[in-house]
Amino acid sequence: MTEVLDTVIAAVLSEGWRHWVGSILCLIGAVSTVIAAVGVLRFPDFYTRLHAASVTDTLGALTLLAGMALLAPGIFIVIKMILIGLFLVLTGPTSAHAIANAAYTAGLEPLIGKFRDLKDEDEGESENG
Amino acid sequence: MIYVLGLATALVLLWLGMSGVFEPLVLGLGVVSVIIAIALAIRLDLKDRESSPYHRIFAFLLYTPYLIGEIVKANITVLKAIMSPELDIEPSLVKVKSTCRSDLAKVIFANSITLTPGTVTLRVDDDIMLVHGLYEADAQPEAFEEMDRRSSLAGDGPSTRKGKA
Repeated sequence: MTEVLDTVIAAVLSEGWRHWVGSILCLIGAVSTVIAAVGVLRFPDFYTRLHAASVTDTLGALTLLAGMALLAPGIFIVIKMILIGLFLVLTGPTSAHAIANAAYTAGLEPLIGKFRDLKDEDEGESENG
Repeated sequence: MIYVLGLATALVLLWLGMSGVFEPLVLGLGVVSVIIAIALAIRLDLKDRESSPYHRIFAFLLYTPYLIGEIVKANITVLKAIMSPELDIEPSLVKVKSTCRSDLAKVIFANSITLTPGTVTLRVDDDIMLVHGLYEADAQPEAFEEMDRRSSLAGDGPSTRKGKA
């Protein structure tokens, strides 16, 4: 049973493009995760940092999982990758919403409006805190 | 009863997909686990329509490509915002009115908003959702109409959708 499935998968995806596409997807995931980490440090307040962090949840994690699924040796690894992605897609926004809702309920005011200079926001944040 | 059957199918597929071993002993352990899980679900009264929305699975599948497209677009926007040399963002709070009727559709809509980077649902009061957006232009109520329509189609189905709620 497993051998049959593996041979089918191998026949469909035996060419070199699987390796290349998988590697490129993993690279995209890694780079976007690093950029998101920079964003978490760079953005001015809690809510905007949450936006930066959600990039890791979606593009980062999902492209990494897709890349790993393409590089995987057997069908059962692929199934596990799909399940991990499914759970991430279900739990990621739920926890993000829980954190944001808790912050909003606790009375943390989001910064609203345009700003271009980081110094102004630092002052605004210290006034709030 | 149909929900118990749906749960059993999902559990059996999950076991087979996760284990990948087709020996009698492991399959027997799987059967025992599935029976225990179903017994617990029945005892906890989790076998109703809401906790097993298998009847909506094809609508979910139709919704997925649109959602992935939106996620990719939003990701590019947020990555650009992070990498721009001058911090040029315009956070805003907007109230979005949803036409979704069932709780399931509302959850899909709110989670889709949160899942796309750049927008987070802060609070849900009946059909009004408070959304925090990274760019004011992207977080207008009109921007969510398409997503609202599609998630209500995925969660409610076309038959229960009769105009604006």
